[in-house]
Amino acid sequence: MRWRVLGLALVLTAVLLFPRAAGNYPVKLLQEILIWGIFAMSLDLLMGYAGMVSFGHSAFFGVGGYVAALALTHWGANAASGLVVPAVAAALAALVIGYFSIRVSGVYFIMLTLAFSQMFYAVTFQVAWLGAEDGIVGVPRPRLPGVDLNRAGAFHVYVAAFALATGLVLWRIVRSPFGHVLRGIHDNEARMQAVGYAVSRYKLLAFVIAGTIAGVAGALYTQFVGSITPEAFLWRTSGEALLMVIIGGTGTLLGGLLGAGAFILLQSLVSSYTERWMLLLGLTFILFVLFAPGGIVGALRGRIGLRA
Amino acid sequence: MTALLELDRLTRYFGALNALNAVSLRLARRERRAIIGPNGAGKTTLFNVITGHLAPSEGRVLLDNRDITGLPPHRVAQRGIARSFQRTNLFPRLTVLENLRLAAAADGRGSYSLFGSVARLSAPLARARDVAEAVGLAERLGDEVARLSYGEQRQLEVGVALATRPQLLLLDEPTAGMSPEETQRMTRLLTNVPREVTMLIIEHDMDVVFSLADRITVLHHGEVLLDGTPDAVRADPRVYEVYLGGRDDA
Repeated sequence: MRWRVLGLALVLTAVLLFPRAAGNYPVKLLQEILIWGIFAMSLDLLMGYAGMVSFGHSAFFGVGGYVAALALTHWGANAASGLVVPAVAAALAALVIGYFSIRVSGVYFIMLTLAFSQMFYAVTFQVAWLGAEDGIVGVPRPRLPGVDLNRAGAFHVYVAAFALATGLVLWRIVRSPFGHVLRGIHDNEARMQAVGYAVSRYKLLAFVIAGTIAGVAGALYTQFVGSITPEAFLWRTSGEALLMVIIGGTGTLLGGLLGAGAFILLQSLVSSYTERWMLLLGLTFILFVLFAPGGIVGALRGRIGLRA
Repeated sequence: MTALLELDRLTRYFGALNALNAVSLRLARRERRAIIGPNGAGKTTLFNVITGHLAPSEGRVLLDNRDITGLPPHRVAQRGIARSFQRTNLFPRLTVLENLRLAAAADGRGSYSLFGSVARLSAPLARARDVAEAVGLAERLGDEVARLSYGEQRQLEVGVALATRPQLLLLDEPTAGMSPEETQRMTRLLTNVPREVTMLIIEHDMDVVFSLADRITVLHHGEVLLDGTPDAVRADPRVYEVYLGGRDDA
């Protein structure tokens, strides 16, 4: 326990001091990793703990991103527009999509969640007041009391704080009584029902929690880039988060963050040499699935005896 | 005396197959009833209809005079009917303690707590330990299900059902596939279940049936053939015919 706290403190210090040591581009890369890490960790709650493999998690990333863009542009650049309203909107979207999707499982759940997220893509791609295919650009960052997020240093701390908070909140949830119910559902849904759990309610709650956090990730992404496009809703966004979780280690939370790191570093390193970086990503993914099915975290655990 | 469980002309078709045909049965509180009959007699189907895993085509299930027909399985369980399965149906990646604790916490109180601590849910934890003791797994609390022997997994199967504090316990062939020693241990374990727990047990092993049951119901081709005390059933020639006939069509 003490080692874990110490390790966390070290990593956190390194992340916070990183802008002093590194240039603009690596710092942006780290922020992108943290934001995608938040998104991937929220997906891991569904995949790794509740056993619900969603291929439509981009729906909530996109809703968070778009609502943040609209609210920040039209209602004022404050914390409510940048975080609260997007989170609530994503939660509502997750409630509706979840209500229908959790009725089915396995491949049908994958297809239904995918279909919902593609519907959002189709709509945002068409609707003029959402900017259609160009999306919403020139989104201001929120002004928090006493903090100007337009200053690079402040924004860095802001993103890091959210990554930390997400990690801690999810860490707590998966160890709570609710988290244990999710693990039971993952292991044997029918028996959970037979002993008296209203399984669909627990699944819906998990879906809404994951969707809300994904919405926050999307809102942060809009603030990071200063714009949002329909691509956010595209199946590729869901697929990338899925790959991050698998590469990092399903059902570990930390894996989402590490997977995001591996994915984005690989992308940025390789794409500066060749356009075919997806090919290398595909190979990496195949190698992971074949030789390290527990992902990065699984491999680390095996090597240095690191425990969850 | 009013019945705890009353089955009123339960009928279930699978296509043209009539798996249950107007099965009526009254089970008194505290009674231990065995259901016997050859394979395909409809015993497990009867359990599935009682626990809401299958809807009956016709007929009603009454618990304490209240109609519970067609309720989904988790609602039936919440009314106090627990069930063990013929094919072991556990949480394979969780430990013995976690299997029992999850079952003991199934009333839902505290289970929606997102930030609470599992260790602080003391009532289910205490219940889990008691049941582990009762089913002979007190030494294996920290072991994952995969590391248990088959016999121990069957004991846990009954334990998970018991941990929910049922008023009615349905056991579907608790000794299926067990060695004679394991069967003996299971029989002892079942005999020691408190009398407050009413029991309905499907079982093929006649020694188990005769040492446990107050009454026996014989099911054949989805119908109640006979219903009586163990002695009456033992003496009835029809039972032997059914079992020999059953073997022929098997």
